[in-house]
Amino acid sequence: MFRRIYAIFQGRNREFLRDKASFAWNMLLPVVLIFGLSFALGGDRNAYTVGVLQDSDVIVTEQHPFLDTRYMRFVPTRDKDDALRKVSRHQLDLLVEFGDAPRYWVNPDSSKGYFAELALLQSDALATATIEKEQITGAAIRYADWVLPGILGMNMMFSCMFGVGYVVVRYRKNGFLKRLRATPLTSFEFISAQVASRMVLITCITVIVFTATHMILDTRMEGSYFTLFLVAIVGAISMVSLGLIISARVTSEELAGGLLNMVNWPMMLLSGVWFSLEGAGSFVQNLARIFPLTHVLDAARSVMLDGATLGDVAPSLLALTALSAVFIGIGARVFRWGQY
Amino acid sequence: MTTVLEARDLVKEYPGVIAVNGVSFSVAEGVCFGLLGPNGAGKTTTVEIIEGVISATSGAVCYYGEPAGTRFRQEAGIQFQNTALQDFLTVRETIQMFRALYDRKADLDHIIEQCSLGDLLDRDNRKLSGGQRQRLLLAVALVNRPRLVFLDEPTTGLDPQARRNFWDLVQSIRAEGASIVLTTHYMDEAQVLCDDIAIMDAGEIIAQGSPNELLRQRYQGLIIELPISDLTDDLGQIEHTVHEKLGIVEVVTSDVGSSLQQLSPHVTNLNHIKIRQPNLEDLFLDLTGHSLRA
Repeated sequence: MFRRIYAIFQGRNREFLRDKASFAWNMLLPVVLIFGLSFALGGDRNAYTVGVLQDSDVIVTEQHPFLDTRYMRFVPTRDKDDALRKVSRHQLDLLVEFGDAPRYWVNPDSSKGYFAELALLQSDALATATIEKEQITGAAIRYADWVLPGILGMNMMFSCMFGVGYVVVRYRKNGFLKRLRATPLTSFEFISAQVASRMVLITCITVIVFTATHMILDTRMEGSYFTLFLVAIVGAISMVSLGLIISARVTSEELAGGLLNMVNWPMMLLSGVWFSLEGAGSFVQNLARIFPLTHVLDAARSVMLDGATLGDVAPSLLALTALSAVFIGIGARVFRWGQY
Repeated sequence: MTTVLEARDLVKEYPGVIAVNGVSFSVAEGVCFGLLGPNGAGKTTTVEIIEGVISATSGAVCYYGEPAGTRFRQEAGIQFQNTALQDFLTVRETIQMFRALYDRKADLDHIIEQCSLGDLLDRDNRKLSGGQRQRLLLAVALVNRPRLVFLDEPTTGLDPQARRNFWDLVQSIRAEGASIVLTTHYMDEAQVLCDDIAIMDAGEIIAQGSPNELLRQRYQGLIIELPISDLTDDLGQIEHTVHEKLGIVEVVTSDVGSSLQQLSPHVTNLNHIKIRQPNLEDLFLDLTGHSLRA
């Protein structure tokens, strides 16, 4: 079985690596995006984001006049440690807690924190007279730090899903799958070889792009490279598997493209590639959990920005592994070699 | 003689169409079996059912007396009518990849020599001519030292020289002991290569046997051909079987001398008369009544 998987794996690798245009595109797209966005969006953004420590998911503006301030986005949060970490990294400009003992936390190194604090103090002089201030220190996370895992994850998603989905449909249309069907190769072996091939290739590409951008832009890396590498591998497997399900029976490239886009676009928008889903409704946040990219990005950002350990990201890795097992299982079951 | 392959009452139905309707035949060891018929006769569907590529609506396929399964996949070599190979791979890599899929393996050098691929080993699959490509596809079909080889219209689109080279190749495979199932719509190919044939039309087998046996059963004698334009009047009074096709009159006769004597008063130019042996194309046209390449 492994000999057959290796034969198909090797054949697919050669095909991909010798298709110089596709290979170059897979390498260049993320680099261009990362550098472009880091320069275009690298400065301070205009919106002020204030965390509100409370049990409810709804901001009640009557609680405090500050919560009625225009041009500020108020994000309810229950996790105090997480919110404080975000203040230290300038991801939240201010954290407030109202109630019996009102308090707020601000990072003195954050310019936006300074202005958000002024707005808080001036919103209601009487009410804020007794509010307690605490300072949190820490360097800002640049947009490049935050967006790097997102872009690498997005590139991985496109490469895995289109790179496998389209190729399998092309193989089916041109009769190559039918030729393989006439050999002792099983659908499980074929699918495993495709998953392994794309996983190895995209992981190598991701490592190269990460290393280059990390060295040039000096992006943040708090955790272990090994853990990040593991996240990339498990993430790639899950996304290739998802691509295989979509292409398991499809015989038209146009239909495959439509189906892949139908999955890719919501995944890209809801998984937090470009912006955080902080503040989005719980329905949207829960919906995002069904996408492998959400787990990949959560885990990668935790490792890179928070220094998360293997144990910390284990839930994400387990979720990705479970998704992969489900995708491969369904894919092998519904897989069709021929057009009819 | 041992039966390698047996197809029993195969039926394949698509909505509104019966592509294969009760096809049965068997292939003995060491024999080249030809499945003949025009395009759309159901040859490829029949063979793909046997190869396990598509499923039959009903019927059974046995390989050495057992339902075709794992052993069949290991021991059968298949060349499809249309097969794409992976882009960017060389001839050598393609052969090696397929060879790795089997437990039974042929000697690589032998296949390369047999299929005359020695000079093409490092060439990209996409840069092969039609004949070279067919030789590569045949090499791929031979990587597992097959005991049974399926060749589905292997010479379609090849020039006459490449076709004849391919026939030599097929004969060399057979000489090594493999049984062959050949589908073709070229009757000359079948006549040269096949020991047994089945002629299919509209999804059914309409004649089966050895080419010589079938021709003997159908024709007692030779065929005299002459252009219709050379006739002075009709041939109603001649006591022979007469066919007309594409401006040619064919007279089947067991006594050429007597037939020529009867014909000569009705023909303006005797120099245009041809006398030949009946062939499979004649047989097919007689049986089906329409053109082979329809």
